[in-house]
Amino acid sequence: MLELVDVHTYYGSSHVLQGVDLTVGAGEVVALLGRNGAGKTTTLRSITALTRPRSGRVVLAGRDITSRPPHVIARAGVAYVPSGRRVFSQLTVAQNLALAARGCPGRAGPWTIRRVYDTFPALAELSARRAGFLSGGEQQMLKLGRALLAQPDVLLLDEPTEGLSPTMVDALGGWLNLLRKAALSVLLTEQSAVFALRHADRGYILEKGRVRAHGPARRMIDSRELHDFLGVGRGGDPPDGSATEGRR
Amino acid sequence: MMPTAIIDTVGVLSTAGALFIVSAGLTLVFGAMRLINIAHGSFYMYGAFLLTTIAGAGTGLRFWLAVVAATIVVALIGAAVELVIMRRVYDSEHLTQLIATFGLFLIFADLALHFWGDNSRTANPPAAFAGQVAIGGAVFPAYDLVVIAAAVAVGLGLWVLLQRSGLGWRIRAAVEDPETLQAGGTNLPLLRTGMFTMGALLAGLSGAIVAPQVAVAPGMDSSIVVAAFIVAIIGGLGSVPGAALGALIIGAAETIGTIVAPTWASSFIYLAMIAVLVARPSGLLGIPERRQ
Repeated sequence: MLELVDVHTYYGSSHVLQGVDLTVGAGEVVALLGRNGAGKTTTLRSITALTRPRSGRVVLAGRDITSRPPHVIARAGVAYVPSGRRVFSQLTVAQNLALAARGCPGRAGPWTIRRVYDTFPALAELSARRAGFLSGGEQQMLKLGRALLAQPDVLLLDEPTEGLSPTMVDALGGWLNLLRKAALSVLLTEQSAVFALRHADRGYILEKGRVRAHGPARRMIDSRELHDFLGVGRGGDPPDGSATEGRR
Repeated sequence: MMPTAIIDTVGVLSTAGALFIVSAGLTLVFGAMRLINIAHGSFYMYGAFLLTTIAGAGTGLRFWLAVVAATIVVALIGAAVELVIMRRVYDSEHLTQLIATFGLFLIFADLALHFWGDNSRTANPPAAFAGQVAIGGAVFPAYDLVVIAAAVAVGLGLWVLLQRSGLGWRIRAAVEDPETLQAGGTNLPLLRTGMFTMGALLAGLSGAIVAPQVAVAPGMDSSIVVAAFIVAIIGGLGSVPGAALGALIIGAAETIGTIVAPTWASSFIYLAMIAVLVARPSGLLGIPERRQ
């Protein structure tokens, strides 16, 4: 469904992605793991062209979308859920969703605002509230709902567990299963390797802008690579698991 | 005493009205694009000059059509400026943007000299509002009411646009997080062209509307851009209701200054600005800028 071929991306003169290759199959959930600054967020930004790759190709369902304008990539079926509290805080929940529903005209799909409210009942109750006043978990629901209303084929989730309470992290696991049932392809970045691999089909480990290891999630969860490159494995989370990746 | 108070109030509202229209354009463009547009004053001046040219001595229908035509021409100039120059500097630092718009300001000023010369021009107010109006013993120019009505119409129009329409939500989302907006499918370059055009349109409209009240001459571009920036900063850059408040404060400060201490009148504006910014550094209705 989504394929990256030898993608190189720079921030100014800093060579952040040094030839990333990865694929996400149809209906597959893929985890992109790595330490702070390994290039996880940059990979997602390169796919959406919010930061344009300098070379390499991004292919969506056989169609080359490399460095197309971000809105064109969104309308081709790639939805991006940024990390942190990036909701439109001055708009209400309902306005955030209405805006998302109109974002990709011409894309048909099963998602309606009604269905988003059914999926996340808490949002329905908060529909008239300004998004800036929502809790971290509620904002995560809103960001997911917003992305789904773009009727995507591929969902890119950047650090979805960041700043969430343990209860919300469990809920997030449930939502990932729901996305899988909806046959969406998902690429998520995580510092919390164990959470990600528990919910993913396959995993990639990124270090210094390169893919160092990849494989089925079940095998990676106890792998030597996970230990070598992330300093974890055998069930432990990285000690700095709550840190956020540095952005531009 | 009472009649004077009414005259003064109408005068304040009329001054504030014109200031609001031009400042609303400036604040919208800054809010949505973080662009400090010095050439905003040029759009205002062109609105006024174009009105004098198109309306000629007409005071009937031709005057009103001239207001519309001058506004549309300025909006088109704005669209062209955005497409050719501005969209190349959005990602540059503020200084680059400042130099680009200052360059435009100088070019527009020279072109205005070329087209209209350096004499001041006047426009006749439309016949229906050419005289004086008396309310409760106070007599003031009827045309003041036109300016006030235009400002109210612009204010209501912008309120409906920003609060009630999908386009308005998009504009407000673009103010906060343009990246996430375009990753959600919004054509940001097109939205920015539209915003910049709307800013130019408001400046042009304001210039065309005030033309019968002022001497239309070179230099009105720089004086208005300073005033409009003060209004926008007092109100909070990016906030349209803030621009309305700021315009009222500046209009009042100017009028009171003229009455109390005529030789110091112009410093009253700056005193008002300093007072507001000491109390609220982000302006009356401004939101402190978020670092990403």
